[in-house]
Amino acid sequence: MDTCCKKKEVIIQLEGISFSYPGSSQPVLDKLNLKLYRGDRMGVVAPNGCGKTTLFNIIMGLFPTDNGSIEIFGQPVQSQKDFEMVRQKVGLLFQDSDDQLFSPTVLEDVAFGPLNLGYSPSEAKAMAIQTLQDLGLSGYENRITHRLSGGEKRMVALATILSMQPEVLLLDEPNTGLDEKTKARLVRILNKLDLSYIVISHENDFLYETTTSIFTMENGKMFPGEKIHRHHHEHPHIHHHGGEPSTLH
Amino acid sequence: MIQEPFANGQSWIHQLDPQKRILFAVIISCTIAFIQNISVLALAVFFAITLVCMARLPFNNVIKRLAVVLWFLLLVWIVMPLTFEGEILYQIGPFALSHPGIELAAQMTLKSIAILLIFMALVATMTISVLGYSLSRLHVPDKLVYLLLMTYRYVFVIEDEYRRLQTAIKIRGFRSGTNLHSYKTYAYLAGMLFVRASVRAERVHQAMLCRGFNGKFYSLDDSPANNQGRKFSALMIAFIVGLVSMEFLLNGYLL
Repeated sequence: MDTCCKKKEVIIQLEGISFSYPGSSQPVLDKLNLKLYRGDRMGVVAPNGCGKTTLFNIIMGLFPTDNGSIEIFGQPVQSQKDFEMVRQKVGLLFQDSDDQLFSPTVLEDVAFGPLNLGYSPSEAKAMAIQTLQDLGLSGYENRITHRLSGGEKRMVALATILSMQPEVLLLDEPNTGLDEKTKARLVRILNKLDLSYIVISHENDFLYETTTSIFTMENGKMFPGEKIHRHHHEHPHIHHHGGEPSTLH
Repeated sequence: MIQEPFANGQSWIHQLDPQKRILFAVIISCTIAFIQNISVLALAVFFAITLVCMARLPFNNVIKRLAVVLWFLLLVWIVMPLTFEGEILYQIGPFALSHPGIELAAQMTLKSIAILLIFMALVATMTISVLGYSLSRLHVPDKLVYLLLMTYRYVFVIEDEYRRLQTAIKIRGFRSGTNLHSYKTYAYLAGMLFVRASVRAERVHQAMLCRGFNGKFYSLDDSPANNQGRKFSALMIAFIVGLVSMEFLLNGYLL
């Protein structure tokens, strides 16, 4: 971890957050605490149905909490108006990219956020084009969103969030359903970003490559997990990544 | 798949102000709908063809779209002359073709072709999103505009979900028949589709909120319309006035 002498700024702080779905007696989140510091790249790994997606929705103010307090960038957030500020600085990547891409063309979709933030059409367009270029998606501007492949949809969905120039990303299983090549591309992009983020994933390898700390969830609470180690394969093969111990099989 | 084969042209019409195009397309269509005289309608069709030529639309696609309506019109031509009462024009065996029936069928044919061609030339020449924004600027209620844009976007996703459900039913050996089991299965299918569509709608709305959506759509398209707007308006108004006055003159209302 970072050994900076300055005290690091807490950017997301949840305290005692509880949430249960209507009609269910079992709480999904039960007095959950979470602290994300600036520069943190947190991985969350937990079985299905543990409330990981719910947690993201609560940070974004999409679900009302039963109790507890949320502070984002040091500001307590409660009302929908407060969350509007949060949504400008925190970008949420949905599990299903089809939920995220709703405009007919890629350019319009990527420019949607900046337009909502009050940028002029020409500024929004320039920001969208720049974001697409940064992600290696130049030439996608006039593609029809629903005709993109699954991997392309995920990349464009990421672009729609990055074009708003957020300070924190919440990534809900960003690697699910991607092929190895696209996954590797996503890892490269995430490592290049100078942003704090929380990633939900089921793949240890992916988290190993993209995060600095790991948390697990159980009984509606979060626990620091062990720093995961790269999964070693049983069969001999050549590792492409550097920094591996010399005890390769 | 809905495609927009006409939207990407570079013609004079493509560069006109979309709002003006929508407005005139609607006014002209209403005018044509009220016209009775066959010669005046023929003139309207001629004008519509001229517009389509001006927009330089690909001929094949125009025919393909017209074909859909032509099938319907064929049905009209079979039914109307035989069933409409009035002066008999031809008698072929037991079948009597009535004069008013034929006239009505001809009117319907010319009207639908003219209106369709005008919409192809003026409205189909813009992308669906431009259409949405223009409607919104023409003070069409925002809810209707969202409905149009969202339907356009998600009709494919829902179609996809429908196909997946259908496959799920098929691979478990379902064969459609006239029995309660089949009806029940189809009812489940329809119900499931609605449930999924509404859950998805909720998630899409959440995704939009996350990106700062506040109930208003902004358009990226700030390119100024060309300065041919006046010429276009003059042409359209001349055409409308021409049609209406010819209709009155030929039907003898003004004499």
